[in-house]
Amino acid sequence: MTGLTAACAVFAIAVLLIILSYIGVRGLSSLSLQFLIDTPKPVGEGGGIGNAIVGSVMMTLIASAIGLPIGIGAGVYLAEFGKNWFGTTIRFVADTLIGIPSIIIGIFIYTLVVLPMGRQSGLAGGLALAIIMIPIVARTTEEMILLVPNSMREGALALGAPQWRVTWNIVLPAASTGIATGAMLAIARITGETAPLLFTALNSRFYNYYYDQPMASLTVQIFNYATGPFDVEHKLAWAATLVLVGSILVINIVVRYLTRKKY
Amino acid sequence: MENKISVSNLNFYYGKSQALFDISLEIPNNRVMAFIGPSGCGKSTFLRTLNRMNDTIPGTRADGKVLIDGQDIYAAGSDVVALRRKVGMVFQKSNPFPKSIFENVAYGIRINGLHKNKADMDRRVEKALRDAALWNEVKDRLSTSAFGLSGGQQQRLCIARALAVQPEVVLMDEPASALDPIATQKIEELVVELKKDYTIVIVTHNMQQAARVSDQTAFFMLGKLIEINPTQTMFTNPNEKLTEDYITGRFG
Amino acid sequence: MEHRIIDQRLELLRDKLLLLGGATENALHRAMESLTERNTELAKKVVEDDNLINQMELEIDQLSIEILALQQPAAHDLRFVISVAKITPILERIADHAGNIAEAAIILNDEPELKPLPDLSRMAIMAGEMLKNSLDAFTSEDSATSREIIKQDKSIDESYRRVFGELLRIMIENPLVTTSAAHLLFVAKHLERIGDYVKDICELNVYLREAAFIKHSFEEQ
Repeated sequence: MTGLTAACAVFAIAVLLIILSYIGVRGLSSLSLQFLIDTPKPVGEGGGIGNAIVGSVMMTLIASAIGLPIGIGAGVYLAEFGKNWFGTTIRFVADTLIGIPSIIIGIFIYTLVVLPMGRQSGLAGGLALAIIMIPIVARTTEEMILLVPNSMREGALALGAPQWRVTWNIVLPAASTGIATGAMLAIARITGETAPLLFTALNSRFYNYYYDQPMASLTVQIFNYATGPFDVEHKLAWAATLVLVGSILVINIVVRYLTRKKY
Repeated sequence: MENKISVSNLNFYYGKSQALFDISLEIPNNRVMAFIGPSGCGKSTFLRTLNRMNDTIPGTRADGKVLIDGQDIYAAGSDVVALRRKVGMVFQKSNPFPKSIFENVAYGIRINGLHKNKADMDRRVEKALRDAALWNEVKDRLSTSAFGLSGGQQQRLCIARALAVQPEVVLMDEPASALDPIATQKIEELVVELKKDYTIVIVTHNMQQAARVSDQTAFFMLGKLIEINPTQTMFTNPNEKLTEDYITGRFG
Repeated sequence: MEHRIIDQRLELLRDKLLLLGGATENALHRAMESLTERNTELAKKVVEDDNLINQMELEIDQLSIEILALQQPAAHDLRFVISVAKITPILERIADHAGNIAEAAIILNDEPELKPLPDLSRMAIMAGEMLKNSLDAFTSEDSATSREIIKQDKSIDESYRRVFGELLRIMIENPLVTTSAAHLLFVAKHLERIGDYVKDICELNVYLREAAFIKHSFEEQ
């Protein structure tokens, strides 16, 4: 039995390693510092993903700034106060939202934000990503908070702490590692989203630091490079993929380190 | 004040099911009162009505009077948070916070705003740990995790945490049931020592423990108070046959 | 081992027993003195003070029961409580006999003095010493000394036989002094009983120390 399960574990890791090394081998050759700074250029002149990186970062930031507080807040509500019909409804809605194809969320934002604004924008892109994030963060936050043993809450209540204090000082810190992991999972998810950005942020060949203009993103840029007719573009796609996967890996490691259990 | 706590005709319900039937008793000041009885007899439920911890369970209802220092704690508009500062609780399974030893004790002090400055806080934490007979064992490692302590030490930490907010009554729900005999003995000695400054109510399923530490004993069964007596009388010549049967081990 | 809850109660029990022992020794000593010094005031005091001794016995009984019921003593602690509970009534009875000696003294002091009986004095001294030594042996849990004291009871028994014979002779020779002689005989009997009781105390001392019951089997030795 041990042998069988060990074999499965090895298989799972092997698959991941194969994918990573494939990307690495393919992408490493086209990777260079210049690549990371340049904007896309006409075929044959090189080019890079500098603006795409900046765009992705900016949109992830705004998505997190909106999505994390709302998601965590909703998760806290569901865990601590949501044992009624209202909570059940919210849970159902959240679970459904998680299952909706992200392109539909893109279309939703397109109708709600892009059309009134008259153009695509980084803001719209960020909003779409936020909407994808919220139900994920909410549900994982709820799970993590429910894992905090009730005895801990009782201990705090018995000292004369009002409910909000118990949640803030005791429950949230105790669940912090789990919540952070959930948040990180959500961020990793949205970093890889392409479809919702197509309608909302579009893309751009230039560095753009303004949220009200179309913004480049790593995923859309990879899409463009990968679907282009030229082989040279394909190589750039691999390199960009390597950058994307690598940064997700780094985010993982950093968050794990920062939220390591001290007590 | 002769009697710290005075309960009259208390009935308690979990939703539709009644758990306590017409309980009336007096708990005297600066004494140890033990609640004994077989599993499920309502002694823990009753203990928790004394600091309204049952409020945290949805669907519960208390009906009757519980007077502490003459004030009915179930009166409308009564301050539950202040009540819980006055009436502290130690639980069956020790439940320290995932913080350092110091911060565990300091938590109650902080949220109730009891300290004037850092030095005052240090003093209060030390006093609480001394009163719980734990200071000497932890004074050199106050900033380490509470989870690094043994089970018996963790329980004494929880006692220190409760004492830090300067309650007048300390409720203990089977505080030693999860501990080995040596640790249990330390807790029992602590209880006898603490009654000088506090009123203690202790729930225990171990009759011998009740015999050793308490001044008065109340025997519960199926949600009713069967008998209450000074401990010596309870264990040498109880009034009720039911009490005698329980104490001699004929059931429960 | 740190001070347990039970230790304070055990110490109190020991203190009370030693107080009772002291009062009993005192009663015996003063009773004999009231006889030899012909001091009726003293004799009356001894009879009066017997109430205090009875009171002490009750308190010790209460405390012993309380400790057994509430503190679950084990091993040495258990033997200690049981020994105290058994020694206490013995001391009370010794004190009763001392009271009886004092009562005899009150009567004898009204009659003309009989000739001195050295064996009676010897019995009194021995009984007093045996009692004192047995209580000391209890305190220090000295079972060797206790066994020695048990042997000394034989001397008291022998002295009693001699006194008995002597007093009988006196009664036959001089019918006028029969009353006095009879009372003195009773005094001798009380002293002999006290010797037996001290033997019981020593047997309990051995039980306390060694957990051995030597009662009813020591005669073989």
